[in-house]
Amino acid sequence: MKRRALLLATLPLAAMAANERLKAGVFEPAQPAPEFALKGSDGAPLSLARFKGKLVLLVFGFTNCPEVCPTTLATLAQARKQLGTDAADVQVVYVTVDPERDDVNRIRQYLEAFDKSFVGGTEAPDKLAAMRKRYGVVAEKIAAKQPNAYGMNHSTSVWLIDRTGRLRAMMPYGHEAKDFVHDIHLLLAAQ
Amino acid sequence: MKRLLWLLPVVALAPLAWAAFAPLELASRDELFEIPSGTYARRMAGDKVEILPDTIHLTLGLNDQLLLRNKDEVPQQFGPVLIMPGQSFRLPFEVASTYSFACSAHASGQMAVIVAPTPEAGWPRLKWRWQHRNKNTTETSA
Repeated sequence: MKRRALLLATLPLAAMAANERLKAGVFEPAQPAPEFALKGSDGAPLSLARFKGKLVLLVFGFTNCPEVCPTTLATLAQARKQLGTDAADVQVVYVTVDPERDDVNRIRQYLEAFDKSFVGGTEAPDKLAAMRKRYGVVAEKIAAKQPNAYGMNHSTSVWLIDRTGRLRAMMPYGHEAKDFVHDIHLLLAAQ
Repeated sequence: MKRLLWLLPVVALAPLAWAAFAPLELASRDELFEIPSGTYARRMAGDKVEILPDTIHLTLGLNDQLLLRNKDEVPQQFGPVLIMPGQSFRLPFEVASTYSFACSAHASGQMAVIVAPTPEAGWPRLKWRWQHRNKNTTETSA
């Protein structure tokens, strides 16, 4: 009897999942997202486990990024506003690919300009490189004439990690806030 | 008999007209690329295995979902994502555009997906049919 009740309770969610597809690219089957341990821009250690129970939107970038990072972070900030009360269940995590210039203070100041709830992270270059490898993220320096004026070519997508810590999807660069809102609602409802 | 000669060009042009105006539909919207089992071992043995081209062409409404599948025994960097053994990644496209991805699997460091708009009735649809004549298509009635 209990099993039948449970089945009936999950049917609407299953039906929704079957009818509505994510706008993002989907991993099937979903597997645990790689754990990480970074220095958080809010002063606390930054790990995936810290946000268990929340939907994590994981972004890789650098604060000197001229276009992609500001656009992505502004889009995510806009999406959080559109989410209303559901925004409390969403955490944006921004991991630098440029630890030489991005320390925790700089990352905090940068993120606050978009949304005060965003948390960033940095670590030693080798640790960040190991994390990127586990996520399949690319980052490489673009040399400039002045040593400190280099750019970074990096993966521009957003990784969506569900409340149980599974890597569910990857949203390519260029999607609007409404697409994030759409997928976040689906992922929050499906758990 | 002569009176029916006028029908000849009509009969000859009918297939062209059909190809230009009949709706298009593929059997699947997935454009599949698959890493077969044993790929890692082959690479380790020195084989140059290239599965994913650095430019992929898709068409909205027809084959507008990129499906990447890893059937190998180890995780594989496949285009813009790392895919675990036995796992797949399906990426839908809803807007015609050129999408660039940073990708360590290609020598250029980039992979492009060019998504073309749905071919309209007439010449674009006829051209699409000709270019994709070997694809598994199923035509729907108008």
